[in-house]
Amino acid sequence: MIQVEGLSKRFGDFTAVNAISFSVKKGEIFGFLGANGAGKTTAMRMLTGLSRPSDGNATVAGYDVYTQTEAIKRRIGYMSQKFSLYEDLTVRENIALFGGVYGMKRRRIKEKMDELLGQLQLMDKRNHLVGSLPLGWKQKLAFSVSLFHEPEIVFLDEPTGGVDPITRRQFWEMIYEAAHRGITVFVTTHYMDEAEYCDKVSIMVAGKIAAMDSPQQLKQQFEVDSMDDVFVNLARG
Amino acid sequence: MKVFWAFIKKEFFHILRDRRTLFILIGMPIVQILIFGYAVTNEFKGANIAVYDQAQDESSLDFIHQLQASGHFQLLQSPGEIEAAFQSAAIKMAVVIPANFGQHLYPGQSTQLQLLTDGTDPNTAVTLTQYAGLIIQQFQHQGRAERQAPPILVENKMVYNPALKSVYLFVPGVMALILMLVSAMMTSLTIAREKELGTMELLLVSPLPPFLIIAGKVIPYIILSLLNALLILGVGVYVFGVPLIGSFWLLIGVCMLFIVLALALGILISTKAETQQAAMLVSLMGLMMPTILLSGFLFPIESMPLLLQWISKIIPAKYFILLLKDIMLKGSGWYYIWTESLVLFGMAFFLLMASWKNFKIRLT
Repeated sequence: MIQVEGLSKRFGDFTAVNAISFSVKKGEIFGFLGANGAGKTTAMRMLTGLSRPSDGNATVAGYDVYTQTEAIKRRIGYMSQKFSLYEDLTVRENIALFGGVYGMKRRRIKEKMDELLGQLQLMDKRNHLVGSLPLGWKQKLAFSVSLFHEPEIVFLDEPTGGVDPITRRQFWEMIYEAAHRGITVFVTTHYMDEAEYCDKVSIMVAGKIAAMDSPQQLKQQFEVDSMDDVFVNLARG
Repeated sequence: MKVFWAFIKKEFFHILRDRRTLFILIGMPIVQILIFGYAVTNEFKGANIAVYDQAQDESSLDFIHQLQASGHFQLLQSPGEIEAAFQSAAIKMAVVIPANFGQHLYPGQSTQLQLLTDGTDPNTAVTLTQYAGLIIQQFQHQGRAERQAPPILVENKMVYNPALKSVYLFVPGVMALILMLVSAMMTSLTIAREKELGTMELLLVSPLPPFLIIAGKVIPYIILSLLNALLILGVGVYVFGVPLIGSFWLLIGVCMLFIVLALALGILISTKAETQQAAMLVSLMGLMMPTILLSGFLFPIESMPLLLQWISKIIPAKYFILLLKDIMLKGSGWYYIWTESLVLFGMAFFLLMASWKNFKIRLT
């Protein structure tokens, strides 16, 4: 689903992303870890077509990140670190807007919306402003909206920031379910317990991928018990 | 196209649900035009004056009557001592008529009148003496016409604004101010808001082309700006009686040109400003202040220092106000206004290009 080879991004003299390579298979949950400023966001921006790479090759859903960004954009979902719905629109209006932005037919939007509202148990809140919902619900809704147009890949940029442990757990159940349906999940996070849930994890340090494997393998390789320790070992160099 | 429509609808929701925005968009123009039309005006209706008539004869009574009839002055009955009346701000001007007023007037000798004004408010004082001066001149001519031809008639006549109505000049000014406010400041705010909240990112990763994102955000404001222009025009014409001699459509065309220019400015600001606060500050300091102070709206450009006169040449509102005055008050057609229009068009084109280029740079 995602193929990256020697991808780099330079801003003047500063190399934010330095020749990273990896691949993500369909239906895989790929954890993209790294300290703040390690280059995660820049890498993600290149894959989502927001930023043009300086060097290297990459394809997302089979499309080239240099020349086919429009095709990529149509096939990906995105949920950002900051809360990513409009607070002054109602639940329904938000869903309808993003359905519309991705070119879905009106009838299809209506059908799927009822289904989604039922799943999230938001039926009676559908005409409430999103701003009035608790943070956990907002985040679950934002995730659902990012999947609403049935993308092949969904990019989640620190999706669980500031959410309580129970909601985080529920959130990850939703991610699992999405992956189970064959959606590829590309997720960045600061929580190392969440890294354990991923099929494959890459850890970025100073623009390079310092380690990449399944959480199990990484823990064995570094002879530690938790991903937390793996991360600290790597980040300290 | 349907996508685009959904996007525009969303922008209207944003506007309608935010009371503050709504007030700025709809309330401000009305408040501004009323304030400038009624309160901040250089003309006077019924200013309180006192008359100390030492002559008490036919001609002095006649003169006092004319002062009152002009509608500019209201004679205060029993004002008491003039000094005290000034102190208590009961009167704005006092007219002192000497005892020999009538005697000297008719034989054609020179006669004297004293006008006392409150110097703590120089603008008012100057205006009032001007008004009184005109009335005195008229009175003089009347009296002399019966006996002899008046020596030399100095006729002061103002063309295009014969009544010297300041509201005529405020309507174009308020129009420039409001269109700048709505188009430039509100657009830069709304785009900055999406950036600040992080929703801009979301729109950029969607398949919507960047051009449509900006157009979708801007079009509601174009519509609102036009409505505002019509509103101000309507209030100006129907409430304050400002004439609209020239072509209505030419006027609307000029307004559209200015709106596009202001929008381009707004987009340009928003590509630089990361937060709403920054966008607000830049708009207020960089756009509103020059529009108010340097466009000829409140202060005539001709009386500014040379440096400011030069700066005023790059203030779009200056040309816009000139165009509005030409079309509304003089009824100028296309032939007379093409130079100013061309300047505005050039500015709009340049700003659109600059903002588009900046937006592109931000994307990569």
